[in-house]
Parts: sequence; C-alpha cells; structure tokens
Amino acid sequence: MKLKTLLAATALGALMAAPALAQQISVKAGVLNDRSGIYADLSGEGSVIAARLAVEDFKAAEKGIKVEIVSADHQNKPDVGSTITRQWYDQDGVDLILDVPTSSVALAVSQITKDKNKILINSGAGTSDLTGKACSPNTIHWTYDTYALAQGTGGAMVKAGGDSWFFLTADYAFGHALERDTSAVVTKAGGKVLGAVRTPFPGTDFSSFLLQAQASKAKVIGLANAGGDLTNSVKQASEFGITQGGQKLAGLLTFASDVHALGLQAAQGLVLTESFYWDRDDGTRAWSERFAKLNGGKKPTMVQAGVYSGLLHYLKAVEAAKSKDSAVVMAKMKEMPTDDPLFGKGTIRVNGRKMHSMYLYEVKKPSESKGPWDYYKQLAVLSGEEAFQPLAETGCSLVK
Amino acid sequence: MFELLGVPPQALFGQVLLGLINGSFYAILSLGLAVIFGLLNIINFAHGAQYMMGAFVAWMCLNYLGINYWAALVVAPILVGATGIVIERLLLARIAKYDHLYGLLLTFGLALIIQGLFRNYYGSSGLPYGIPPQLTGGQNLGFMFLPTYRGWVVVASLIVCLATWFMIEKTKLGSYLRAATENPTLTQAFGINVPLLVTLTYGFGVALAAFAGVLAAPIYAVNPNMGADLIIVVFAVVVIGGMGSIMGAIVTGFSLGLIEGLTKVFYPEASSTVIFIIMVLVLLVKPAGLFGRAA
Repeated sequence: MKLKTLLAATALGALMAAPALAQQISVKAGVLNDRSGIYADLSGEGSVIAARLAVEDFKAAEKGIKVEIVSADHQNKPDVGSTITRQWYDQDGVDLILDVPTSSVALAVSQITKDKNKILINSGAGTSDLTGKACSPNTIHWTYDTYALAQGTGGAMVKAGGDSWFFLTADYAFGHALERDTSAVVTKAGGKVLGAVRTPFPGTDFSSFLLQAQASKAKVIGLANAGGDLTNSVKQASEFGITQGGQKLAGLLTFASDVHALGLQAAQGLVLTESFYWDRDDGTRAWSERFAKLNGGKKPTMVQAGVYSGLLHYLKAVEAAKSKDSAVVMAKMKEMPTDDPLFGKGTIRVNGRKMHSMYLYEVKKPSESKGPWDYYKQLAVLSGEEAFQPLAETGCSLVK
Repeated sequence: MFELLGVPPQALFGQVLLGLINGSFYAILSLGLAVIFGLLNIINFAHGAQYMMGAFVAWMCLNYLGINYWAALVVAPILVGATGIVIERLLLARIAKYDHLYGLLLTFGLALIIQGLFRNYYGSSGLPYGIPPQLTGGQNLGFMFLPTYRGWVVVASLIVCLATWFMIEKTKLGSYLRAATENPTLTQAFGINVPLLVTLTYGFGVALAAFAGVLAAPIYAVNPNMGADLIIVVFAVVVIGGMGSIMGAIVTGFSLGLIEGLTKVFYPEASSTVIFIIMVLVLLVKPAGLFGRAA
C-alpha cells in the first residue's frame, strides 16, 4: 500500500523553548485525501500545504500547542480510507482528520470517527448527507455540499430559462446526492427532470451518455460528476456539437483546477458555484499567493482553502478550551463564530454544517482573461441561509 | 416508431459507431501487446504508461517545440518507441531467460514509476490539447452528429492495424519474426539476428501504444492516469482474443468496443464490467481465447 506519511510543522515548536502554558497540548492532524487519482489536484498535497499554513498563521508554537501533520492517500476507495482511518486513530494517535474528498469515503470515515470519538472536519466531499441523515456529533462539513451547489448553479440555470434537465451522474454516493438535490431544486422551481444516466466512476469516454442526453432534448444537461469525469464530459460535449446545438451544460461541481485543465476555450460560459475563489478580495489573493509559491504555482481550490480554514478554527477552539477532548472541542467550535480571510465570518450549525456565503461564477471567455488562473467573473452571492439546507429539513438526528 | 427495448434505431446506430471508435483504441493497444507477447513472451504491463507517454509527447511537442498534431503523429511514436528500445536492451533482455512473471513485474514497476514521474510534474487533472484545425467540426449523418476527428480515429486505426497484420503475416520480415517466435535458436542458426529482431519488435509495439496515445490526446484529457484506466480493459481484450494472435487482437478490439458501447445504452451501470464478464465466459469455453491456439 502506498501509504505515504510525512511529518511537518513540528520543528518550530521543538526549537523554541515553549513558554507560558503550564501544560503543553500536542495535536496530531491527519490530512486524508486523493494523492494520485482524479481528485489529487483539487485536494492532494495542496491540502497538506494549506494545513501547514494554518499552523503557521495560528502561531501554534507560541501558544504552547504542538501540531503534527500526517497525510495519506485513500485512492478514492472507502475500504482503503477506512483502514487508514482506523490505523490513525488506534495506533498513530491522530486526533482529527481533515479534507476527505469522495463522498463514499467521507461517509465511511465519518462513521468511524464517531465510533472512536475523534473529529472529522470534511472539506473535500460533497454529499449533503454528512449533515443530513448521516450526520454525526463528531463531523463538521466545512466547504460546500451538494445542496448548496444545487441551490446555486441549479437555481440560476432554471431562472435563466433552463426548465428541463437530463443528468449525467457519477455512479456513487456523491453523484447520487447531487442529482437528488438538484432535481429537488429544479422541480420546486417548476422545471422538469426528463431523465438521468448513471456513468461508471471514474470514466473516460462520455460520448455515449452525452448522446443519450442530447436525444432527451432537455434544455440543460446537468453534470453530476467532478474532477476528471467533469473535464472529459465538458470536452466531449463540445466535440459532439451539443453545446453548439443550444443545449446548456451545468457543471454542478466545477473546481478552479478543472477549469485550468480544460482551458478557457472549452470551459467558457460554464456557470458554477464555489465558496472560495482565489481572486475574490485582497485577503484571498494574499493567502493564495503564499499558497501558490509552495504549490508549484498552482492556485488553491476551495477544498484546499477549506482545509486551512477548518484547521485554523479547530486550533482556536483547542486554545480556548485548553483541551483537545473531542466533545469539549466540538462544543467550543460550534459555540465560537468562525472568522478567517478566506471565508469571512461564519458559524457552525448543530448538525455540523459550516455556514458561509456561496458565490455563483461564470467562466470567462479567453478574450476576457488576463492570464493563467484568471478564470471567473462573479454573478451573484448567496448568503449561507439561502445556500444551505434549512436545519428542519436536514433529517439530522442532532436537530431537536 | 419502431423501437428496440425502448431505444430508437437512430440512437442505436449512433451508439454502434461510438463503440467502434472506442474499439479503435482497444484494437491498436491490444495489437501492440499481442505483437510483444508473441515474440518476446513478455506481458508488457508498461503499455498503458507508454500510451500515456505518447499523448504527453504530443502535448510537449506542441507546447515546447511548436510541432503540430500531424508531425506529432510520427514524432511521438518514434521517440517513445526509442525509449522502448532502451528499456528492452537495458532491462528486458537481461531477464529474457526467466519465467515471464519477471517481465510482468518489471514492466509493472516501470509503469508505476513513469506514471508517478508524470503526475509529479504535471498533476493529475490533465492538460488541454486541441483538435487539429483540419479535423474540427463534424458531419450530420442523420442519425447522429459524427465529429470529423472521431471518424479519423477509426480510419487511422484501421489502416495501422491492417498494415501491421500485413507486415507480420505476408512479408519476408514478418516471416523472420514468426520463425523467431516459433524457434529462436534454429532461426539464429540460419544467420538471422534474433536479438536485434526482438529489440525492434518491442520498440514497434511500444510505438503502436504511443500512436494510440497521440490519437487519444485531443479527445481525452492528457493525464498521467489515462493509460492505467485503459490497460486493464486492453489486457482483457488480449485474453479474449487469444494471447499472441494478431488478427484476434484486432477483431476483438473492435467488437468489444462495440459491445461496450451497446451496454452503455441498455444498462450503463454495467458498462465498465461487461468486458470482464465476457472474458470469464470466453475463458470457460475456450481457455486459449477466441483466436488463440491451445498451447
């Protein structure tokens, strides 16, 4: 198994003689994500870099908190992810796990985290079930979820006249959740869902499925997939003249790294929803600049930004509680408002949902872009209340 | 309108054609594997990585050297084929006398190293590579819109496959190759340089993979994992066709593409497994494969 573990961020703490606090707290955080597959660029090593930046910005060493970061590759497989999670909690003394893209893996890790009474701050996965029927007192879902994506992109497309939909759905937990949540938004707004096709994950050739979508004559083809699946479907849709034929594509989960891989020529005009874009304001630009220097020039995705923001809030809670006991820290995290330069001010709901604004973007035309990574123009801002599922509807057992 | 299991015939024609297009890639790749296995008795697990290298070399040619698609179609197979020759001389030749499990392990290791290197430098989400301007657009065939480039893929792959078959089965060089496969010692005794033949064959098989890679670059993202995703399917194709059979590899490549394409219409969830189900069935009935001779 290619379980790669790298240690970092402890050096500072060790070098400086820890002052002040009588008792030093040491925390071990595990960044668990895809380091070699289709989601490696949107999470991967970049998320580890983001975690290190959080430790640096928190000035953990000065505050008497020793932070160690480890990482591993779950290969987008729930069994691999579960094995690593158990080993981390049982043998390696890991206190919290960060990131975990791929919903099927995230649901498994969330369950184990609950059983072992540790903490999961999920940034990478999409399924809204993490704070819905599969919610857990030990899990916080940080960056985005399928419900918010459906509200953002789905809502905007229906409003623009796209009232009949056909879905290309990645055949696993995330795709199913995204299709379900978007269908709900479309039908609620008076639109119709004409059909869906479940595509094996991960896939390469989507032309067959795209032709089925074309034959459905739906106005909008909803792409309920992500990463390499999404880039391949967008590329092939343009090749088969689907977009030129008047049908619109909705890339329900599109990351900046996907747009980078597609190139603006193929991606232009896509409407998408994100909670973070590097070029939004001075705060995000300054942080992204630092990040890109450490990440071979690549700008951060919202998933990587979420890892930073989540770990920062966790460390603040540990400092305030003067403890790393899971229940105490979780209570503190939900009690304290969140605040950082990347996501602004926010809160965490009782079901573990982190609340912040979501942004609706459109991908620029090649002529509008000033250079690499200048990709989005902002169309609208959805407040946390508008974007995320109302507590009463989540079906989460923690909501009374 | 007449419908077959709820699918209109027009849609069906479209899907059959798409299946053939995907089958073209299976055919070229499994052909390369079959050629290599036939002569070297090596199960070349690096084939997927070499296919990926073909696509990457095409991308590098365009972005670093300004060499266009048409030139890359020739340059990339030559360059990647040359790396194949180096690999054969430096590594494979040394283990030729052992069981072919060693060759499989060696090439599998090589594939992991090559993929890892590319992932390290270029990331995993892929690089954009445009369709050459002469082949953009498409034809409306009435039942479907056929992108010109996909049509070209089928034609190019058919030409390459048939030329390879002709060369091996009908020319003098081919007869040397077949003789060397049958009995290397005796062939060498007739004054034919068998080690050279072996090296060139490996280089040629690898070049075929790279050619498929260049063909694939404009339609699939150029990405370090592109070969790994495909190679397992291609191995199944070779096994179904019969290890080492040239025509078997070509025919099964196209027909399995077709079957996979139809599965995507009738039961999409199974489209990634249907080839393996067929493999199991074929192995139960004809253990040597459809076109293979029993050992």
